[in-house]
Amino acid sequence: MISRIVGMVLRYLFIYKRSAIRIAELIFFPLMDLLVWGFVTMYLEQVTQSKVVVFMLGGIVLWDVFFRAQQAVGMSVLQEMWVGNTLNLFVAPLRSYELIISTAIVGLIRAVITASGLGLCAYSMYSFNMFDFGLALFPLFGLLLFFGWAIGLFTSALILRYGEAAESLAWIVPYMVQPFVAVFYPLSALPPALQSFAQIFPCTHIFEGMRSVLHDGGIPWSLMTKAFLLTLVWIAITGWYFASTLRYVRRKGYLTTAARG
Amino acid sequence: MQSVVVEDLYKRFGDTLAVRGISFAAERGEILGLLGPNGAGKTTTIHMLLGLTSHDQGRIQILGKEMPRDRYAILQRVNFASAYVSLPANLTIAESLYVYAKLYNLKNPKQRAQEVLRELEVDLNPKSLVGMLSAGQKTRLNICKALLNEPEVLFLDEPTASLDPDIALKVRALLKKLRADHGTTIIYTSHYMQEVEELCDRVIFLARGSIVATGTPQEIRERSNMKSLEEVFVSIARDGELKDVREERGE
Repeated sequence: MISRIVGMVLRYLFIYKRSAIRIAELIFFPLMDLLVWGFVTMYLEQVTQSKVVVFMLGGIVLWDVFFRAQQAVGMSVLQEMWVGNTLNLFVAPLRSYELIISTAIVGLIRAVITASGLGLCAYSMYSFNMFDFGLALFPLFGLLLFFGWAIGLFTSALILRYGEAAESLAWIVPYMVQPFVAVFYPLSALPPALQSFAQIFPCTHIFEGMRSVLHDGGIPWSLMTKAFLLTLVWIAITGWYFASTLRYVRRKGYLTTAARG
Repeated sequence: MQSVVVEDLYKRFGDTLAVRGISFAAERGEILGLLGPNGAGKTTTIHMLLGLTSHDQGRIQILGKEMPRDRYAILQRVNFASAYVSLPANLTIAESLYVYAKLYNLKNPKQRAQEVLRELEVDLNPKSLVGMLSAGQKTRLNICKALLNEPEVLFLDEPTASLDPDIALKVRALLKKLRADHGTTIIYTSHYMQEVEELCDRVIFLARGSIVATGTPQEIRERSNMKSLEEVFVSIARDGELKDVREERGE
């Protein structure tokens, strides 16, 4: 099992060895977000005298942890389709959970690199110190990583089911969640009906927790516990969906063809 | 000893019955050709044998184990190559083979990768990107991948389709050597009937998902009173069946 997971992790990391563009991509887009929204919120802070900059910067950095984790797991099947390697992978004795674990490890590596890069930039430009989160940084980071993997599993299942046609879904799924999970504004900013809907996402409680940490200090245990339990439920549901989709595509013969019904 | 046993295998895709109750077996060390026109069901059959596509009815036993119940135990001991499947285009030759050697849990992945490249006389720079190789080079590399785990059963789907005659000859020689040295069972599809006559101990002709003829290439030629397997192929492709002239002769 370890050998196969190491093999798959290397399969995804080897491609970074030769490509400065791929490495830059880990940082470039999140850095652009950080610059634009950082300056916008600095301006707002001058006008309104509020603490909006730290909330915004914390949101940008932590959102990217979730996004990188989701992309690593969610785009792996699509990447194999692009390079015509799907069949070879599925005739190797690689269990689907080994494939998922390896992509999750790659997601962790990517998230750490991106968050570190953004953290450094945020500190040098806006004096925003990620370590102001204290010990709360670990549960915030960890829970976002796990929820990112769960949504990545769902995305992978969609790509297995609908093929390359679902490519755009792989990119937009995180952004379908973003407006409702209170990344950049408090949950109370949403209309009441949407507030109830937002509660089903672990992200909502994680970002509420982030604001609570930045505002009051200390770890908001009740929010973290809610986020943890919800993450377990999401992993169970998306894991089941992935497994049943894999059975479905095997029945339909979709693994061996680009065509999808 | 039988390496592959298929009994009463069925597969339906929507309204199309792609495979209709086929049964066959392949002995250890046998090279068995699965032949037939496009859409006959040969690739679907190979995909079911590899567990890529699940079967609706029937039984598949490979190396004494049941597919799909023992999928991973089987996949550890078999392998597959096709002219239409590629290794990751964004990795180098050495990286691709190393990754697959790890997936098959081989002890010395680097060394094994070099061995298969030597065995197949692939004199390419291991640092070349797979995506930069010609179609023929990719096919040879794919065969290298298929030999990494020294498979007991090797499934080859038109493996020589994009190879020049010289390399195709080398691949055929290597397959014969594999069978001779290791007793590898090879299940083989090809549209090159001359190659099939040279290589296969036995062939199975499929048409519209059913087996229409089975035997050694010579037996099938004699049975149908045709000079070559190519003529047999054309006849099956056009009529969907093989006329047995022995019946007409009253044999």
